[in-house]
Amino acid sequence: MVSFNLLALVSFAYVAVLFGVAFWADKQARKGKSSWLRSPLIYTLSLSIYCTAWTFYGAVGYAARSGLEYLTIYLGPTLVLVGWWWILRKLVHVGRAQRVTSIADLISSRYGKSNLLGVIVTLMAVIGTTPYIALQLQSVTLSFSVFAADQQAGWARPDLNITAFWIAAGLALFTILFGTRSLDVNERHSGVVTAIAIEAVVKLVALLAVGIFVVWGIAGGPAEIAEAIETSQMATWKMDGARWVSITFLSAAAFLTLPRMFQVLVVENANERQLATASWAFPLYLLLMSLFVLPIAVMGLKTMPEGANPDLFVLTLPLSQNREGLAMLSFLGGFSSATSMVIVAAIALSTMVSNHIVMPLWLWARRANPGASQSGDLRRFVLISRRLAIGGILLLGYAYYRFSGGGAALAAIGLISFTGVAQVLPALLGGLFWRGATRTGAAAGLISGFVLWAYTLYLPSFGADGIISSKMLADGPWGWGWLRPQALFGLGGIDPVVHALFWSMIANTTAFFAFSLGSFPTPLERLQSAQFVHALPQNTPSRSSLIGSGGAEDLLVLSQRIMGPVQAQTLFENHAKRQGKDGYLPDPTPDFIERLERELAGLVGAATAHAMIGPVVGGVAVSVDDLMAVADEAQQVLEYSTRLEAQSEELSRTARQLSSANDKLTQLSVQKDAFLSQISHELRTPMTSIRAFSEILAEREQALTPDERHKYATIIQDETIRLTRLLDDLLDLSVLENGQVSLDFQPVYLHDVIDRAEVACMSFLGAQKLVIHREKGNEAISLYTDTGRLAQVFINLVSNAAKYNRAAAPRLDIRISLREGRVLVDLIDNGDVIPVEKRALIFEKFSRLSDQAAAGSAGLGLAICREIMGKLGGRVDYLPGQGGAAFRVTLPLSDPKIRDNS
Amino acid sequence: MRPPDRPLFVARESYRRSRIIDAIKLVPVLGALLFLIPILNMSSGSATTFSGLLYLFLSWLGLIGLSAYLARRVMQKDVGSEGEMAESPDKDAQ
Amino acid sequence: MGNQVLLVEDEPNIIEAVGFILARDGWAVATHANGETAMDEIRRVCPDVLVLDVMLPGRSGFEVLKDLRADADLHALPVLMLTARGQDKDRDLAEKLGATRFMTKPFSNADLLDAVRKIATS
Repeated sequence: MVSFNLLALVSFAYVAVLFGVAFWADKQARKGKSSWLRSPLIYTLSLSIYCTAWTFYGAVGYAARSGLEYLTIYLGPTLVLVGWWWILRKLVHVGRAQRVTSIADLISSRYGKSNLLGVIVTLMAVIGTTPYIALQLQSVTLSFSVFAADQQAGWARPDLNITAFWIAAGLALFTILFGTRSLDVNERHSGVVTAIAIEAVVKLVALLAVGIFVVWGIAGGPAEIAEAIETSQMATWKMDGARWVSITFLSAAAFLTLPRMFQVLVVENANERQLATASWAFPLYLLLMSLFVLPIAVMGLKTMPEGANPDLFVLTLPLSQNREGLAMLSFLGGFSSATSMVIVAAIALSTMVSNHIVMPLWLWARRANPGASQSGDLRRFVLISRRLAIGGILLLGYAYYRFSGGGAALAAIGLISFTGVAQVLPALLGGLFWRGATRTGAAAGLISGFVLWAYTLYLPSFGADGIISSKMLADGPWGWGWLRPQALFGLGGIDPVVHALFWSMIANTTAFFAFSLGSFPTPLERLQSAQFVHALPQNTPSRSSLIGSGGAEDLLVLSQRIMGPVQAQTLFENHAKRQGKDGYLPDPTPDFIERLERELAGLVGAATAHAMIGPVVGGVAVSVDDLMAVADEAQQVLEYSTRLEAQSEELSRTARQLSSANDKLTQLSVQKDAFLSQISHELRTPMTSIRAFSEILAEREQALTPDERHKYATIIQDETIRLTRLLDDLLDLSVLENGQVSLDFQPVYLHDVIDRAEVACMSFLGAQKLVIHREKGNEAISLYTDTGRLAQVFINLVSNAAKYNRAAAPRLDIRISLREGRVLVDLIDNGDVIPVEKRALIFEKFSRLSDQAAAGSAGLGLAICREIMGKLGGRVDYLPGQGGAAFRVTLPLSDPKIRDNS
Repeated sequence: MRPPDRPLFVARESYRRSRIIDAIKLVPVLGALLFLIPILNMSSGSATTFSGLLYLFLSWLGLIGLSAYLARRVMQKDVGSEGEMAESPDKDAQ
Repeated sequence: MGNQVLLVEDEPNIIEAVGFILARDGWAVATHANGETAMDEIRRVCPDVLVLDVMLPGRSGFEVLKDLRADADLHALPVLMLTARGQDKDRDLAEKLGATRFMTKPFSNADLLDAVRKIATS
């Protein structure tokens, strides 16, 4: 007999393996070796969370009770998947384009980023999913008890509640560890996905193994099974047509709208190829999962004693034949089904709760302070709220399990839960395919469907006198017979699920359409509806006149708070690069704003992201009429581009390339002229003074006072020095630019280079009281570089900080950080910020920001810095958003091998 | 250049592709029909569970095979336009 | 005719040199170093001759010249343009805009005096 200890040991070992695999996968993903995670196979396997413990154990019981009807649970999703081109493809496109984080977020985003809808869907999802989580806990404890029943003495039932508690706690731990590692829910949860893929294989193998054992081990092969079916109590196919259609529809709808399915189907989807493969591979998985269900049910009924629970045949059949190993495998299969469902459901629900309930409340609480969204560590806050939500959801599931008593009420909860979440379907499909669907319509549909579902199915499911009294069940409220929960308007005598589905769906869709037709959408809704309904892969309408001159810098400050500085700066830098700009501040084009908003939506949900960005870009101040105009314009553009789609895309790409090449050439030529004329100017200006004063001195020496003579001679001398320095700089730059420079690479510590620069600056700055703050502790980084050249860069930057800083107490901070194998040295002073429009210019030759030539340089310093850094394999950029003038020097970490090869 | 000996047809490839997409769109309709036919048959109450089982699993398998064939075809033809998704925003978020 | 010269130039050392040369020759020299406010200064000083540099902070000498020629009171003011860039197109542009005389830096002191005297009497 399998002892409790052995069973516990095996479960623990299994869980430990899952933790280990998840850790490993996360580690691989962080090393960038996660391309296999994007494979269609893994995607298909992750969909298997559709098959929960309810389908693993319950399907056999279902078949034993109702014959072939159990198949409808699998046929619905099959239809959705083979019809992927209709709905799933569009859903996935929209989900990715809008950076949708959950089903609640999708609905909210489609209907004008409405938070109300987000809250409604979230609440529905929590109410619908909690019993389902309880069901999983019950199935696991029940399967424990099967082994217990065989044991004469030992672990009694009360222990099972504790078991359930520890399972819930363990799942919460796992989900928090691997499900909230990164803030961006659009990033794939590598650890979780890998663990789930393994669990998918385990449960399939387990069920197939039991099936094969039953067919060839207990019975004598397929022929005998066929005979067993023909002679069993279910020999004739007694089919309830209404239930057949209803449950097929229901399972199809739930497949799309269950929060956990939406998570794996849409949020975790990486590309269309995954979907194309899953369109046949997942139905195949479902087919294999259900292949042996009926044989197991029939053989169970035939060989097991009267009154044995058919829900547990998968476990009890092998046990009755003393196949403990097989029973154990089967137990692990059921365990896998339960845990993977709970983990993904908890991730999906926690994202929804955090984004649609916690964050809006937090924003609302801080509304008094408009700058609030830009202060405080939002990122940590979001992560913590998500983690707490996971704990809360699992606790809720456990509580439900305890207080529902874990009885028969739970067994029926699968279909009840399906009917609840299916209420999202009209708003979802309407939103994807009908431009006329409005927020009011969606809210009305959701609420009426949900209320009817609760009244006709959910509340009665607590049993007579549970929440609804048996009197009310029988006679209706206040004795109004036509309001009986299970026979509304006298439609009695039919299956409760069919009855509830019928009425809730009728009410839902009617309200959805009626209110949509009768209401008027807000401008933002119209924009979003165009984006969703005309979801073309390559073309989203531009919001050209929508965005004013939102400060890119404010946006960067805001984004840094939410994404963290590293990710935000990378995003801004990449986008700037794509716009053909260097540095960290792209133009706040509509394209960029939209992109950023989606990026943020991936973290905190569409409605919240919109609310945060709105004030910064000033988009909210635009009048309704403007918006209407934009919306109409956008739609026209869209419809036009739909027609021209393929060819014009190619054509305009070529045209863009040509015109950008042409621009570049023109620019080069202009630059060359400008450069020559600048040199001429810089050389002739000092020469003018020199010539004039030398003539004065030569012609009129007698007439001059000694003071004047001295003064004019000094001017000549100064101007000569200026000329010499200019020529030196020019030569330096030309050598650097032509690559004739010989660099002397050697190992050196960063702090030595900075020391050298500081000393050099202090010697010639002398009087100027620039205070330099350094992080000496971080500077002990070994580099392999040209020390003299690097010091030259730092000297230039430090002396600029000294020369141009007009603060009362000038101060320069030098901060060091490491990122992706590079050293970042940030030099941040407390002087004036360099105006945005000048930032592109400062690295150009002969650019001087101040008008006085007093600083005595020709404006080549930063240009030289940039050239040097290029030669050293790094770069120097202006770093915006730091409160003063700030430059970032990026250097490769010491790696002599790479250096030698190049 | 010799004149084409079959009727001139521009964009043969993209035409074929559109028809494959049409076929994909029809698969769920076919599936729904196959899965609903038993209802008609049931009213007579004559079918056995075993024959139902065979029928459902065979049509299910056929549906999977058809879907797999079409999905492969459309993805092969789609290689060129695969970029549409690969190029989409999240790529450069690193 | 008067002897008031206004020198609009931003290089301190060139201001010093040109100012000295002209003053020695008997001119009353006023100086100004900014392009943006140059027009106001010209109206205030009412010079007999204007020496105008091309590269000025705020606004280029060409633009100042354009405004000058469009101005009812000042359109006849003799203007000597100075430039350090020495390109033909600068000279052409100056002529087109109506500069009385155009000189490229560096110049000899005698040439400068000669030029100022000539345009003052023309």
